[in-house]
Amino acid sequence: MSLISRDDVAHVARLARLGVTEEELDRFAEQLAAVLEHAADLATLDTAGVPPTAHPFSLVNVLRDDVVGRSLDRDEVLAMAPAVEDGRFRVPRILGDAP
Amino acid sequence: MSAIEIARDVRAGSRSARDVVEEHLATIAGREAELHAFNLVLADSALAQADEVDRRVAAGEDPGPLAGVPVALKDNLCTRGVPTTCSSRMLEGWRPPYDATVVTRLREAGAVVVGKTNMDEFAMGSSTENSAFGPTRNPHDTSRVPGGSSGGSAAAVAAGFAALALGSDTGGSIRQPAALCGVVGVKPTYGLVSRYGLVAFASSLDQIGPLAGSVADAALALEVIAGHDRADSTSIPHAAPTLSGLLERGVDGLRIGVVRELVEGIDPDVGTRLSKAAAALEAAGAKVDEASVPAVTVGLSAYYVLATAEASSNLARYDGVRYGLRVDGDDVGAMYGATRAAGFGAEVKRRIMLGTYALSAGYYDAYYGQAQRVRTLILADFEAAYGSYDLLLAPTAPTTAFALGAKTADPLAMYLSDVCTIPSNMAGHPAISVPYGRGDDGLPVGVQLLAPALGEATMFRAAAALERSLVP
Repeated sequence: MSLISRDDVAHVARLARLGVTEEELDRFAEQLAAVLEHAADLATLDTAGVPPTAHPFSLVNVLRDDVVGRSLDRDEVLAMAPAVEDGRFRVPRILGDAP
Repeated sequence: MSAIEIARDVRAGSRSARDVVEEHLATIAGREAELHAFNLVLADSALAQADEVDRRVAAGEDPGPLAGVPVALKDNLCTRGVPTTCSSRMLEGWRPPYDATVVTRLREAGAVVVGKTNMDEFAMGSSTENSAFGPTRNPHDTSRVPGGSSGGSAAAVAAGFAALALGSDTGGSIRQPAALCGVVGVKPTYGLVSRYGLVAFASSLDQIGPLAGSVADAALALEVIAGHDRADSTSIPHAAPTLSGLLERGVDGLRIGVVRELVEGIDPDVGTRLSKAAAALEAAGAKVDEASVPAVTVGLSAYYVLATAEASSNLARYDGVRYGLRVDGDDVGAMYGATRAAGFGAEVKRRIMLGTYALSAGYYDAYYGQAQRVRTLILADFEAAYGSYDLLLAPTAPTTAFALGAKTADPLAMYLSDVCTIPSNMAGHPAISVPYGRGDDGLPVGVQLLAPALGEATMFRAAAALERSLVP
């Protein structure tokens, strides 16, 4: 029995907002299972009482002074966007039927 | 010619930066079609930058410690107005509105950017075969990979296309290609070099560093790019280290441990050279014996959980809204799915899937949580080892350069190329790969010196001693 089914792959692809083909569902199921099987060695370690490390150094967050500074040029940024309108990013409809 | 020699001559006015850059562009023209080290060669702007350096020298100004030095930049470092693709269709044609801090610092030091180098897509890979624009080939044997993900940067230095290059190292992506291409590669302490303008892969592991033809050139490059940057919240509030003046100090009295767990299973070609490196350090006055860092054996698994989890989050930004590729859909959800399906290559998709799985409900603690606890164990084991040793010695990669196509069908086999380099990323520690001769197969072998956090000065001293031991 594989560690990860086709349905699992389809579910994860939905979470990742990633369109996948039927063929990719099969291939990812097999390849992800191989990597997860290798990663099973993690479960064999006794980590009771071991705190997690999210980051190698515990730096304190740095806040700058709240003063107006130079920022990226809006037109230069928008020039790189796939679609813009009135100085904003334009996207397809998000909810419900188009007006 | 080394970066140090170029800068010395250009600053002294005995050679023009234009002459240096023209020579490198000619070298590129001679072999780039065969190697494909670059995604983009910036001949015109490089010559313009060189002329500016020459103008400043003529005016009696000092253009800086890298005056006229041709540098190649990995194509995940943002360059204002110049395409930055990460070797992905997703960012093809994207021109960033700002420069990465390291790019600004190189230019301010007088360096000349000659091109953007090929890489595994979004730095995910160990062979540069995952580039959407085709693989880079190893200058020592074009049937072999240059390693990766900074394979274009390593090949560019090895082929004489640039005196220096920058790469990024998340799990070995500077050191492993440096080893496979026979050049020096450095992963600095996490936070020593600003990541502002480095396209993010796994933010708690990524670090920018130099690739160079010699330890001294790498030291000079690191001195220029290191140091605190307000634009990166993970930047350590330290000044850049001083390294260049220390390289002659030798290793007399240093305690160096050969990491037993990282020697197991490596190719005999690599093992032989590693033993010679250990003997050379001992002959130079270091105390060398075998060290144990047990938790590194699970580093690979923990890394591929943490790095993919962070990547799945970081790469969520490629959604077709603000920059890069968009494939239209009926609604925004369909647009996301279609854009990401078309824009990402197979390995990037695989890692996003793996990371999303590791972070998903029901699996989070077993994979992501456990990998973070294992990271603590790795740090603790390194800390224990550094109680007895000043530095650790290990192979950089378990094999010499492998053939193109040898590992592309088996992701896990490819991941195993990083087994010796990953522990330093997990710990945030610095490490340097130094070329140490060739194996019986005639291909370069790299050995790696590992140091505790901010231990660059001692690490570079020992690296320079290793390099000197090769000179007959």
